Amino acid sequence: MKIPSPAMNPENKAFFDATRAGKLLLGKCLACKQVHYYPRAFCPHCNGKTEWVAAKGSGKLYSYSVMRRVAEPYAIAYVTLDEGVSVLTNMVDCDIDRLRIGEPVRVVFKPAEGGEMIPMFTPA
Amino acid sequence: MTIKRKACIAGAFEHPTRKAPDKSVAQLHAEVARGALADAGLERKDVDGYFCAGDAPGLGGLSMLDYLGLKVRHVDTTETGGSSYLIHVAHAAEAIAAGKCNVALITLAGRPRSEGSSGTQARNYGASAPDAAFESPYGPATANMYGMVAMRHMHEFGTTGEQLAWIKVAASRHAQHNPNAMLREVVSVEDVLASPMIADPLHRLDCCVVSDGGGALVVTRPEIARGLKRPLINVLGAGEAVKGQAGGRIDLTWSASRWSGAAAFAEAGVKPADIQYVSIYDSFTITVLIQLEDLGFCAKGEGGRFVADGGLVSGSGRLPFNTDGGGLCNNHPANRGGMTKVIEAVRQLRGEAHPAVQVKNCALALANGTGGQLASRHGSATLILERA
Repeated sequence: MKIPSPAMNPENKAFFDATRAGKLLLGKCLACKQVHYYPRAFCPHCNGKTEWVAAKGSGKLYSYSVMRRVAEPYAIAYVTLDEGVSVLTNMVDCDIDRLRIGEPVRVVFKPAEGGEMIPMFTPA
Repeated sequence: MTIKRKACIAGAFEHPTRKAPDKSVAQLHAEVARGALADAGLERKDVDGYFCAGDAPGLGGLSMLDYLGLKVRHVDTTETGGSSYLIHVAHAAEAIAAGKCNVALITLAGRPRSEGSSGTQARNYGASAPDAAFESPYGPATANMYGMVAMRHMHEFGTTGEQLAWIKVAASRHAQHNPNAMLREVVSVEDVLASPMIADPLHRLDCCVVSDGGGALVVTRPEIARGLKRPLINVLGAGEAVKGQAGGRIDLTWSASRWSGAAAFAEAGVKPADIQYVSIYDSFTITVLIQLEDLGFCAKGEGGRFVADGGLVSGSGRLPFNTDGGGLCNNHPANRGGMTKVIEAVRQLRGEAHPAVQVKNCALALANGTGGQLASRHGSATLILERA
């Protein structure tokens, strides 16, 4: 399946530089120390300045939905990472008819049309 | 300051068309504007406030004001997706209470059906949206984002596809009486479950229609409304709220209607049990269920049992809803259902709904809208209206 390239900007460039190196980055606030996703320059909890931290890349499937009325069905999902934040993603490299909410998952990286690496998840 | 009884909905008009390939969007806006003013018994020259949202062509009201030839002293283009128009009513009431305008016109129109829009297409709110890079690669359409909400609700509370189907069944029983409804055939729970799966666990019949058309409202001050030949419909209370991903602390089981509803009930000074009729935004069956819980008509997680077995059917159910057939069967113009929610609530309070679905002596109604994507970021708006 073709993966649309993400809309890059100066604020999110480091995130996609990291995915090329096989890392999933989160935002972490220098002031309140809480992590957040999607990552941004201002902490959504306290508006403090943020830094990048690498996620372990493991979590649990929070919810999903398989889009059926398209040429190639796909599973959109929210995965709750071990760090406590949930990320919008796709479940891949698996039977999308046998997904289970709560099942352990791990990150994989898939190339977008423009070559950027996109974090997705697969059953652990 | 409160808006309680400071403004009235004097005019309401729903365009009868559901497919308009030979008209422009601006033209449809003008047609519904004319319809609502005629309904109110007011004229174009009376309008001194104008409200529209993202469906209006051009730049934030400028194009439409020029097209309509209106000269106003108050403009509001608040954009919270399909819930915008309920917020417009509340903001019009605020502006009227503050003396900023006397007659506010609110319009919505669009032609997504003629333009081939579908809820299975990935939605794009622009590359500059701060979330875009982290979402657009994954194919977030409307149907699968709401599908995730339904999936999680089922997981946490045991809600079933049969229970969700009852929402569509109730809407279809109402739509059979609406000659303008896009889908007038009464359907069963079995029909819903047998319809093709669109985005798990939502079937085709769990999804609203895609229709062309529009609607408009006229809000004015009570002194003016009392001089018109229409029943007096007071705005009693309103609430608006926005819920997003909260930095990744995602809980799909509840919506911003929890906040907008509480604000509206507090301002109106009434409680859910007092409400005789509800218009509930029905982009999908799950959208209705979540809002009913968040508004307090039943406890969180109890929505499935609340709507099952005809719970929402007018005349026999516990809470009559969407008696025009709603977005699920009647109309969802511009892919935005908030406008038609208000219009049917006004019909009910005036006693002008179809006799087969009219709530007896309907004096207190609630309209609720959601807009955007329930699973990522959405606006919610609640209006409580009374017949004076």
